[in-house]
Amino acid sequence: MSKLLLTGNYAAAYAVRDAEPDVVSAYPITPQTPVIEKIAEFIESGELNAKFVRVESEHSAMAALIGAASVGARTYTATSSQGLFYMYEVIWWASGARLPIVMGIVTRALGPPWNIWSEHADFYALRDSGWNMFFASSAQEVYDFTLVSYRVSENPEVLLPTLVGWDAFEVSHTYEPVSLVEKEELKSFIPPKGSWKPLLDVGEPGSLGNLAYPEEYIKVRFEMRKASERARRIIEESLRSYSSLTGRRYWFFDCVYCEDADTVFVIQGSIFGETLRAVEELRSRGEKVGLVKVWVYRPFPYEELGKAIEGTKNVVVLARASVFGSLSPLGSDVASALKLRGASARLFDVTVGVGGVDVKAEDVIGIYDKVRVSGESSFWWVR
Amino acid sequence: MAHRIFPQEEYILKGHAACPGCGATLLLRYVLKALGPSTYIVIPACCTSVIAGPHPRSAFRVPVLHIAFAASAAAASGMVEALEKLGKPANVVVWAGDGGTVDIGLQALSGAAERGHNIIYICYDNEAYMNTGIQKSGSTPYKAWTTTTPTGNPSFKKDVPSIMAAHRVPYVATINPAYPNDIIYKLRKASSIRGGLKYIHAFSPCPPGWRYDPSLTVKIARLAVETGVWVLYEVENGKFSLTGLSRNLLKKENRKPVAEYLKLQGRFAHLKQEEIDEIQRLVDEQWRRIEEIVAEHGARAKSV
Ligand SMILES: Cc1ncc(C[n+]2csc(CCOP(=O)(O)OP(=O)(O)O)c2C)c(N)n1
Ligand code: SF4
Repeated sequence: MSKLLLTGNYAAAYAVRDAEPDVVSAYPITPQTPVIEKIAEFIESGELNAKFVRVESEHSAMAALIGAASVGARTYTATSSQGLFYMYEVIWWASGARLPIVMGIVTRALGPPWNIWSEHADFYALRDSGWNMFFASSAQEVYDFTLVSYRVSENPEVLLPTLVGWDAFEVSHTYEPVSLVEKEELKSFIPPKGSWKPLLDVGEPGSLGNLAYPEEYIKVRFEMRKASERARRIIEESLRSYSSLTGRRYWFFDCVYCEDADTVFVIQGSIFGETLRAVEELRSRGEKVGLVKVWVYRPFPYEELGKAIEGTKNVVVLARASVFGSLSPLGSDVASALKLRGASARLFDVTVGVGGVDVKAEDVIGIYDKVRVSGESSFWWVR
Repeated sequence: MAHRIFPQEEYILKGHAACPGCGATLLLRYVLKALGPSTYIVIPACCTSVIAGPHPRSAFRVPVLHIAFAASAAAASGMVEALEKLGKPANVVVWAGDGGTVDIGLQALSGAAERGHNIIYICYDNEAYMNTGIQKSGSTPYKAWTTTTPTGNPSFKKDVPSIMAAHRVPYVATINPAYPNDIIYKLRKASSIRGGLKYIHAFSPCPPGWRYDPSLTVKIARLAVETGVWVLYEVENGKFSLTGLSRNLLKKENRKPVAEYLKLQGRFAHLKQEEIDEIQRLVDEQWRRIEEIVAEHGARAKSV
């Protein structure tokens, strides 16, 4: 197993190289650009035998993949923020058409004002679109989840697109050692080409996406819902199998110091490091705190997460997204997970790190101190 | 010549949902006859999304990807590249309305043309947004009634074939459902040109949208050519030539008065005589420019 020093973005590009897609299409946006530049290099040097469609917009990038995947090609694209929103219409088209497209989202705040730094509002905007959604907190996880995405998406029981999110700059541009999987080993992990049937074929003319009357439409959507439920099991199985292939332990989420915790933080992405530092600091003070890092965001592991945290007194969600007039998306999901199990834990929904603001261990400790004395259950943490 | 043997096969089946007298459906029928079964079609939001018939069936005997309004040329780009990579060559055809081509889809079309994908892009131009109820598009003619131009369209029709020719695509042509042999000939030619986007702009009469009796579709289509309102031509590798009947219309006396074309359609019923005269002047002006182009192309051809 070889190890390279890679940024999160390059880790994505290496995973794409190793997954051997047929068609890649993308449009540049900071901080996603190095992903597609590296893939372009792989293609032009012959390391990856794929077609690269250099489209004129993100809307076209996703549309090109829809065209390619509908005739059976394995595909990839990546984008961020404004680009993702420009693509939004066709993102729903990809999932509704049941195409196993894989995409990277380098999470970035939305304008105005312009801001190129991390925030998860773009990622969360896709939560109801039918895509399977992973969130990575390191370059290694970016590499790993990108590979797992192909296995999940192309499973004939799923056939839904999958995306992997990771934080702008903190992960996208930071170099870390990344272990790669040997091509030979990947052969047993990623399905062979042609393991799913193309939806369009001149030999068997049919049509994809034509007008459906209400009774047919709800059936199509119901089938999609069942596929998304099956994806839960396929994701778990794929992560298990990937873990035994690589020795890196993955599940729907990671739980650190959870056993005896009476307060648990729930986070996604690169704030994991500083939150963990805070948890260890609080533990050394004798506080019983734990930490959950959510890896699989859709389908959301309500049952599993609810079970893991239902016994605690306080659940503090640290969500990195601008939210107005509601809880954060992660906060709402965690609240649902608790409620579905009838848990009595108190939920705190805290907005942190919006637009790239650093989240330091001291902030997390400050939040911990605040929730213990304050009655406020939903607030922004602005230093 | 092979194209004179008119193909018998039908690729549009009974049970499609077009209005009686729909010019678009006539056109698509001939287009598919010309291209045959090894053809994928990409269709953005437009009347044809409905004409194809409801899910899970389809009234077309070739595979169809229905796609979002602005996305057809890009979807076809990805499809054609994928088919090439997978070693399954076939015709990839975009079949889009004028709204999906000259307005919302123009950016993706321009991108696909510039990149040179091997696509046949056909715009069926019924000169308004018919699927949403006859609103003005960038291709609606001057003075025509639509539901968003109730007193007549104040702007001029966008000349997208010229825009596409300016992209230096290998083939641009116009077609008209009154001339099926010409359609078969041009589509076969487009299909034989490998590499590069082929752009076809089709005259597409629409009885409810243009407010005329469905029995008049072919008559109106023919009058459009005979009066010089619609010009049949091709631009092959930059070389412009008039085709079919339009070759004989450079002289004004060979052209019928535009009033004959206008008077059959309710969408022009409100026109006053001076507006009809103005439209006639615009058509004559268009032919004066064509004359210049033809002269220039002739001179260029001679100098080679
Ligand atoms: C993004 C988006 N905006 C608006 C629409 C609504 N819409 C559907 S079809 C259509 C008009 C299509 O007009 P045209 O392309 O001229 O084809 P026609 O219906 O005339 O055949 C519109 C506006 C849509 N489907 N998608
Ligand atoms: S509205 Fe016009 S273009 Fe649309 S189906 Fe009817 S006749 Fe054809």
